Amino acid sequence: MWDLVLGDRRINSLRLVAPMWNGTRGIHRLGGAVVPEGNQKKERTMLQFLTNHFYDVEALRGYLLQREMSKVHMKNRSFTWLEEQHGPYSAGAFFILKQGGAVKFRDKEWIRPDKYGHFSPEFWNFREVPVEAVDASDCEINYEGLDNLLLLKELQSLSLQRCPHVDDWCLSRLYPLADSLQELSLAGCPRVSERGLACLHHLQNLRRLDISDLPAVSNPGLTQILVEEMLPNCKVVGVDWAEGLKLGPEEQPQDTASPALA
Amino acid sequence: MIRRVLPHGLGRGLLTRRPGTRRGGFSLDWDGKVSEIKKKIKSILPGTSCDLLPDTSHLPPEHSDVVIVGGGVLGLSVAYWLKKLESRRGGIRVLVVERDYTYSQASTGLSVGGICQQFSLPENIQLSLFSASFLRNINEYLAVTNAPPLDLQFNPSGYLLLASEKDAAAMESNVKVQKQEGAKVCLMSPDQLRNKFPWISTEGVALASYGMENEGWFDPWCLLQGLRQKVESMGVFFCQGEVTRFVSSSQRMLTTDDEMVILKRIHEVHVKMDHSLEYQPVECSIVINAAGAWSAQIAALAGIGKGPPGTLQGTKLPVEPRKRYVYVWHCPQGPGLETPLVADTSGAYFRREGLGSNYLGGRSPIEEEEPDPENLEVDHDFFQEKVWPHLALRVPAFETLKVQTAWAGYYDYNTFDQNGVVGPHPLVVNMYFATGFSGHGLQQAPGVGRAVAEMILEGSFQTIDLSPFLFNRFYLGEKTQENNTM
Repeated sequence: MWDLVLGDRRINSLRLVAPMWNGTRGIHRLGGAVVPEGNQKKERTMLQFLTNHFYDVEALRGYLLQREMSKVHMKNRSFTWLEEQHGPYSAGAFFILKQGGAVKFRDKEWIRPDKYGHFSPEFWNFREVPVEAVDASDCEINYEGLDNLLLLKELQSLSLQRCPHVDDWCLSRLYPLADSLQELSLAGCPRVSERGLACLHHLQNLRRLDISDLPAVSNPGLTQILVEEMLPNCKVVGVDWAEGLKLGPEEQPQDTASPALA
Repeated sequence: MIRRVLPHGLGRGLLTRRPGTRRGGFSLDWDGKVSEIKKKIKSILPGTSCDLLPDTSHLPPEHSDVVIVGGGVLGLSVAYWLKKLESRRGGIRVLVVERDYTYSQASTGLSVGGICQQFSLPENIQLSLFSASFLRNINEYLAVTNAPPLDLQFNPSGYLLLASEKDAAAMESNVKVQKQEGAKVCLMSPDQLRNKFPWISTEGVALASYGMENEGWFDPWCLLQGLRQKVESMGVFFCQGEVTRFVSSSQRMLTTDDEMVILKRIHEVHVKMDHSLEYQPVECSIVINAAGAWSAQIAALAGIGKGPPGTLQGTKLPVEPRKRYVYVWHCPQGPGLETPLVADTSGAYFRREGLGSNYLGGRSPIEEEEPDPENLEVDHDFFQEKVWPHLALRVPAFETLKVQTAWAGYYDYNTFDQNGVVGPHPLVVNMYFATGFSGHGLQQAPGVGRAVAEMILEGSFQTIDLSPFLFNRFYLGEKTQENNTM
């Protein structure tokens, strides 16, 4: 039965747990970059109120959060057996495809899972063919899952766009790919900040780096400049250097209707 | 008739008419009476304050299973792991006593916040590795429903330790041990150093070791707040007060060699409130000394060290406060974003702070130049004379820099061998130590907290074996020396 708890608990802003009630999309919201709109806000404060006053609601929410986290852990387990059986490239490719990403072996076409998550099993035969490019956008890869990704020693292009669990710790793990990685995209990752970008200096062969739309970076313009200094051979894309600069009063755009100088 | 609800029955007075009232009618002060009744009902309902007994909300509880003296990162870490590893929910009652809620002198908040695995002792490396994985998964360990996720501001930029000719061999063997334990460290020659970090001058450097993963620096306040929040939600009691006395009982016992030992057991801890003489005796069964730089005072209160020198009774806890300075400076042409925490051959160290060309660093003074730990005043001449020359030598860009600010903090310095003291005292059987880490307490706090909790709950170290850190070594004279201190 409900236990009434008359405690003095602070109601803090909520980012972690409301996603629980939105079903499976929930875990993608953990990054915290989502702005609540009116209706959601009302739902959330009701949820907060219930959690602060009833032990059962609090326990239920705690349990649901644990379940979401263990789902992510399951998805990111190490496929060491597959690596022994089929070689590192196939094992790594299987990991990416299972997560919902796409892989491209050298001289072959892109392999993508369809909307049901099925993909063609032809890559199991590519024992010696290295994987050239990986598109892991919107995948739930985290620090442990990188164990599998780092099996792909000759990876040239990696796209981690909008991955909700890729954070600064994960970026510090990418240095083994330094010899081959030429293209990296981190656009839209909610947890990547300028501190993680600082560890990309190991990737000296990088030619194209996409750091647009990173909400956790505090000063995008300055960060872009510092990253460009850090990686002189790399084209850093994503932030317009003029972002954050304000137009002075005498530089306001001219009114087009004004007459030109006669 | 109105039946009034009052806490003490007024007896016959309830039903008698008061003088001044008219007969037969409810012309009493109805509103006033209703509000009075409401007030009385409210004061009786559970959960609200009752004015019948004196207010003791600022005092600690009268009984507690474990009393942790010191509410810094080590004390809170022990509290967290005690609550996490208890076999039954609510099984252990923990009280944390902290003298200063503002943490103005606590080493945790004033720390530079670095974490690295480049030690020479395998136990230290394991502790740091575990702490790194704790910090990485901090939102799973310290999750509190309804609280926002913690952002530790971790910079994974690594540590770069430089060694001169005479230390190169020691560094090589250290790196071998570190790699064996699982730390990702690599050795670099001066040429490789110059390639990677062009702003460094490799004069006098024979070898360098660079930590690639799980090393860097973070915000210690965030860790403290996160621990505090989680530990409160797990049901640990907090009290602001000072421990002034231990009431203990002694027993004479004979060892197997027929020697007599006096074993002491602490029964009560007297906690004195701030700015008053009021104190509360807390009956407890275990006391944990996590008082940092002031651990020696707490140990002395328990009678540790009172005896003829050279005996086990006479062995004091060799932890004393040592003052260390940290300076923040601005250098516009300084090293770039990839700068790790660089520790020079001379002992000077520095790291980047933020995006705006600010750096912070310092240096450990040699024994003869130790500043007086009386207060936390900063000596700016120390920077000019002892720190800046070494920095400018190592990084030529630092020849032009401007100091913005500086602060000082205490190391809980273990004068015996600069490594922590963990575990029970052999004679005062229920006092456990978690102190004396001499500058790397913050980075080892999660591991040490778990080790102490395991010691208390299971009786021995389960995951990381910290037997080299027990108190006995001070009496036996066996030093567990760490060669890589900063």
